[in-house]
Parts: sequence; C-alpha cells; structure tokens
Amino acid sequence: MDTPAHGHPPAHDLAHAPAHGGHNLTGFVIFLCSESLIFLAFFAAYITYRMSAPVWRPAGVEGLEVREPLLYTLILVSSSLVIWLAERALQRGRLGAFRGWWLLTMVMGSIFVFGQAQEWAKLPFGPQSGVFGASFYLLTGFHGLHVITGILLMGLMLVRSFRPGNYDNGEAGVVSVSLFWHFVDVIWILLFLLLYAWQR
Amino acid sequence: MKPDPQMSPSSVFDPRVLKAPHPVPGAPDNWRRFFGFNTDAKVIGIQYIALALFFLLVGGLLAMIMRGELLTPPSDLVDPTVYNGLYTMHGTVMLFLFLFPILNGFNNLLIPPMIGAPDMAFPRLNAAAFWIVPVFGVVLMASFLVPGGPSSSGWWAYPPVSTQNPLNHFINGQFLWILAVALSGVSSIMGAVNFCTTILRMRAPGMTLFRMPIFCWTALAAQAIQLGGLPVLTAGAVMLLFDLSFGTSFFRPEGGGDPMLYQHFFWFYSHPAVYVMVLPVFGIFSELFPVYARKPLLGYHVVALASFGITFLSLIVWVHHMFTSGTPQWMRNVFMVTTMLIAVPTGIKVFAWLATLWRGKIRLSTPMLFALGGLFNFIFAGITGVMLATVPVDIHVGNTYFVVGHFHTVIFSTITFGVFAGIYHWFPKFTGKMYYEGLGKLHFLLTFIGAQLNFLPMHWAGLMGMPRRVASYDPEFAFANVLASLGAFLLGVATIPFLLNMVSSWVRGPRAPANPWGAIGLEWLLPSPPPAENFEHDVPTVISGPYGYGLGKPLVDDQERYVARSQEA
Repeated sequence: MDTPAHGHPPAHDLAHAPAHGGHNLTGFVIFLCSESLIFLAFFAAYITYRMSAPVWRPAGVEGLEVREPLLYTLILVSSSLVIWLAERALQRGRLGAFRGWWLLTMVMGSIFVFGQAQEWAKLPFGPQSGVFGASFYLLTGFHGLHVITGILLMGLMLVRSFRPGNYDNGEAGVVSVSLFWHFVDVIWILLFLLLYAWQR
Repeated sequence: MKPDPQMSPSSVFDPRVLKAPHPVPGAPDNWRRFFGFNTDAKVIGIQYIALALFFLLVGGLLAMIMRGELLTPPSDLVDPTVYNGLYTMHGTVMLFLFLFPILNGFNNLLIPPMIGAPDMAFPRLNAAAFWIVPVFGVVLMASFLVPGGPSSSGWWAYPPVSTQNPLNHFINGQFLWILAVALSGVSSIMGAVNFCTTILRMRAPGMTLFRMPIFCWTALAAQAIQLGGLPVLTAGAVMLLFDLSFGTSFFRPEGGGDPMLYQHFFWFYSHPAVYVMVLPVFGIFSELFPVYARKPLLGYHVVALASFGITFLSLIVWVHHMFTSGTPQWMRNVFMVTTMLIAVPTGIKVFAWLATLWRGKIRLSTPMLFALGGLFNFIFAGITGVMLATVPVDIHVGNTYFVVGHFHTVIFSTITFGVFAGIYHWFPKFTGKMYYEGLGKLHFLLTFIGAQLNFLPMHWAGLMGMPRRVASYDPEFAFANVLASLGAFLLGVATIPFLLNMVSSWVRGPRAPANPWGAIGLEWLLPSPPPAENFEHDVPTVISGPYGYGLGKPLVDDQERYVARSQEA
C-alpha cells in the first residue's frame, strides 16, 4: 500500500484474514516480561536474606543435596532443545514429528516435577523453618507452578493439533507456549544457581 | 471509492491486523448490555466508569465518617479501632476500586477510537479484566462482615501490624485485603497487556507513534509502569499472605525475617502507582488545553517523551517513602536526588500546558474549568512534593497531616479533577447526549472550594506536627480540622449536581453533535455515540500530527467525507 489513499480491502479479504495471531504473540511477550519481574522480586528477596539474615539455615540443616537436583535440571534444560525441535517440525509441516517431540517435552517436564516433589518430601526443613525454608519453598514452589502450567498448556496445544484447520491462522499458540517453556527453563537455571550452587 | 487491488499485506499498514473479533453476537443493544459480559470496549469503558463512580461514593462515605470523627479533638464518633479500619478501607477503595478502574474505563473508551482501531486487541481478556473488579470489590467489602472487622493496617499494610491475626480466624480482614489487592493486580496486568498491545499493533494507517494523541502516550507510559511495578507488589503480597496465614517469617523479625523488605516491595510499586494514575490525567490535560485554548500543544514531542521520562524515574524513587524507616544515609541521598529529578519531566509538561494556554482563545466550559483547576492544584502539589523529597523536611513532617494534605492534593485535587474534566469532555461523544453546563459549573465550583477547604488546612496542621492515622488529636489543631471536615462534607454535597447531571443528561439531555467542541482527533470524526467497531472497515489514513488547531491542515485523508458521515448518523 504505497499510496495510502483511503484504501480498504474487500470485505471477503477481511473475513478470511488471520484474525489477530500477531497480537497474541505481542501480548504474550509483554506478559512474560511482566511475569519475569515477580521472579526477579523473589530473587531479590532471596539474595537479601542470604546476605543479611541473622540466622540463615535452621539448626541441623547443613545444606541442600545437589546431585539429584542437577540431574533433574539437566532434564528440564534439555527439554528446551526438544521443544525447539517440535516447533521446527511444525514449521516444516511434519505434524507427526511435532506431536512426538511435543509429547516428549511434556514427559520431561513431568519428570522434573516428580523429582521436585520427591525432593520436597525428603527435606529435613519446612516452609516455617526461618527465612531459609520459607524462601526455598516459595521459589521452588512458584517455579513448579509455572512448570505445571506449561505442561497443561502443552497438553491443550497437543489436543488442538488434532483439530482440522488448527494452524490456518498461524502457530501463535505453539510459539507462545514454547516461549513460555524457555522462560520457565531460564528461570530454573537462575534458581539452581541461587539455591543450589551458591551454598557456601 | 474503489479498493486498491494491488494492496499487499506486507506493506507498512496491514488492515487485516486491525481486525479484532466482533463483539459477542446476540448481545443486547439496549441498557442491559452494561450489566452483562460484553466484549465491546466502549461498553466495558462505561462499565468501568460507572462501577468506579459507585466506589467513589463508598470511599467518600468512609472519608466523611472519618472527617466527622475529626470534627472534635477527642475520639467520640467511632471507636479508634473502627477508625483504623476506616482509613485503611478508604485508601484501598479509592485507589483500587475508584481511580484504577475509572482510568481503565478511559483507556477503553478512548484508546481504540483515538488510534482508529475497531476494539481492543483482546476483547474477551478485556471483559474478563473488568469483571474481576466487582469480584474483588465484593471481597473487600465483605471484610466489614468478618470477625475482627476489616484490615486496619493502612492501605500500605506494613508488617508487623499486617501479619497479626489476633482472633486466629483464617478468613480475616487482612486476608481478604491481600486477596483483593492480588485480584486487582491480576486485572490490572490483563488490562496492561491489552492496552499496550492495542496501542503498539492496532494504529490506523499513517498514525505513527509521533502522531498519536498524548493521551495514548501517557496511557502507554502508565501501563508500562503497571507491567514493571505490579509484579513486585504481587510478590510482596504473596509473601505477606504466607506470613499472615501459613506461619512463614519472611517479614517477621522474630523468625529472622525483615519487615523493611516488605516496605521496599510495597513502595517499589505503590509510588509509581501514583504515576499510573497521574500520567493519563496529564494526557487528559494535554488533550483538553489545545481544544479549549484553540492552539496547538506546545512541544508535542517533548511532552510525549517526558511521559516515558516519568515512567523511568518513577521506578527509581520509592525509598523516599522510607526516609524515616531507618534507611541508611547514602540511600536517602540517592533517592532524594532521583525524586527531585521527577520535577524535570513534570515541569516540562506544566510549562508546555501554560505556553499552550498563553494568549489562547480560552473557553471556560466545565471540562476546561476542571482541567485548569487540576493544573492549579497540581502545581501546588508539585511544590510540596519537592519539599517532601528533601530529607530534612521529610523527617520533620513524616507521618503528619502534611503528607496527607500533599497526597490528597495529588490524588483528589489533580487526578480526580482531571478525571472529571475527562468525563465532561468526552460525555457527549460516548453517550450521544450533551450534559447541562450550569450543573457542571456548579459541580466544579463546589468541588474546587471543597477541595481547598479540605486539603489546605491539612498542610498547616501537619507542619504544626499533627500526626496522621489517629482518631483523636490535640485541641490546638481543632480549627484546621473543622475547616477540613467542612471541606469534606462540601465535597460530598458536590457529588449531587454531578450525579444528577450525568443521569438526567444521559436519559433526557439534548442530542450531542459529532464534534461539539470543534476538537481535532480521530474520535471526533466518528458519530456520537460511535458505532460498535468505530470506523469498521473504513479506517481513515492519518496525514498530520494531532492538535493542529489554527493550522488549517486536515488530520486525515479525505477528511470531509468522514466529517459528513459522522454528522449524518
């Protein structure tokens, strides 16, 4: 539309236009930026407590076991690669491969949640054990909620992929969920560094 | 006119992107549409404004009970604990249920027509965000009925007061307060995502960022603060809820926690929150002064960018609320300087408005009177604001009525004046009816006198050392308090002509023309009231910047056609 003179498309063009797929992605990115600030606030609280709390770990607690969480971390972080493969398969129109990689991402996410639940069950302290316990459960719990949300959203996208004509209006849903999953992974890397790596 | 067959979707403007889903098919087209789930931004805007005005009455009633108590020095009208609940609920209602919703109402009504979009980017999200507001309104009001009464820790809910649960009920006033604030946050974030996406993605062809009306700039700047600040308050509120209800000790010193951290979290958002409210009002001032002075806005680009200057600075000043909270001296110094810097972008705007008014053909209609009154009060509030930013002055007047007076001069005498100005200015556009000028002027007169009488003596009492948040006071402050109470009651009376005007003119007022003020802007090229999807498929192409008063340049291509169409409807 080089000459913008009162041009508007014919009505049928509007009726078949991709409604607002581009908006969905814009809106979702804006939301993610905002959401990341809740985590930043929690990180700031954790760092403040870690640096200045008069009592840090409750009596009898030496520190956190690192080896198993590291394993689950590797699973979660590598699922970012798997979801990227899924997205790429969808872009190339290979729906079967997309569903396979997508499901694998969901399984890897579920393994991470399972590992997290197991760790919670074994820990010798609770959320009421000083600021150490409280902030540990707050950070991992809030992140865990995001992982579960991500898995549920992926489930929704998987179901929708069986709907005929689902991708006629673009793949904004899949792209958004995948972006969310990368976000959840990056947050976990930061969390792992703060909670597990920064112990002494 | 014929559509251009060569038009490619990849060009600068893709009209298909503009298309938002049509409002719910089958939604009633009469007054009943305002009482249900409706995705039309103009319906939602009016829903927001009506609900907010209802809560203005609730919050005002709470304020008048407080002023009744303060009419005499001893605590005699209400119990002191009830008084604590009153000021907590007054502040919370006025901010979260009056000002935020009413400004979101303006955003809904104004942003799509001003940028030539058919609706918001996400109409269903928009409706959902609105319907959260009455839900948390009910949650907050319900706290009057729970054992122990409503939260009484002030609208800032500082621990340790806010982590007390003496009656040991899980559902207590403070719990409901946190729930309401969290829901308000969810609604605001949903709104912010929607407003930002709409402004960034759905502008009419030719409407570049620097051709947007200033209201859209300020809305974008304000919503950026919501997106950046609100999550931090939410984080603080979550931690507070855990401390209150689940026995953690984030903010409990006895468990190793840090109550100061809550203050940081709270003010990191709640100071910028004032700018979330005042920025759109700056936008309203910038829209109104050119119309009623018949002159272009001076320094449009600078005024637009100053909004983002304010956004940025507002996020790095919060510690000035904590100068008396045992903050280290270096921190006080840093935040004193950043706070004073905010006077630069706001000062730029004030000078731009004054220069716009200078030698203009000023028409003192009701909206202009409210805008001028608001500007006058804002300059006063700005001066006391710089005083308060100064650490020694702040330490002297901290926790006194000086702060209360300053704050209300901003929140009521500036922001609410701007809101009234906006309501009168756009009332004909969105209801299709003219309001009664005489009642409007009476409303302005009573409100202006009431506001000065109410809030000026507070500065004086505060400088003399009268502490805030206390139901009884030393008899030496009696005179200032009697004046303030009379002002508060006068403000209560002032709402009568306002509501009378709004209801009677909407029901039986004279029909409004499409452009009663001779204003320049896309919304004035639409009929009054505009159709559900504004310009629908016939979106005008913008060819010049806003506020071209007296310049004789058309705003859009083929302007006569749009003007004629808006008038024949």
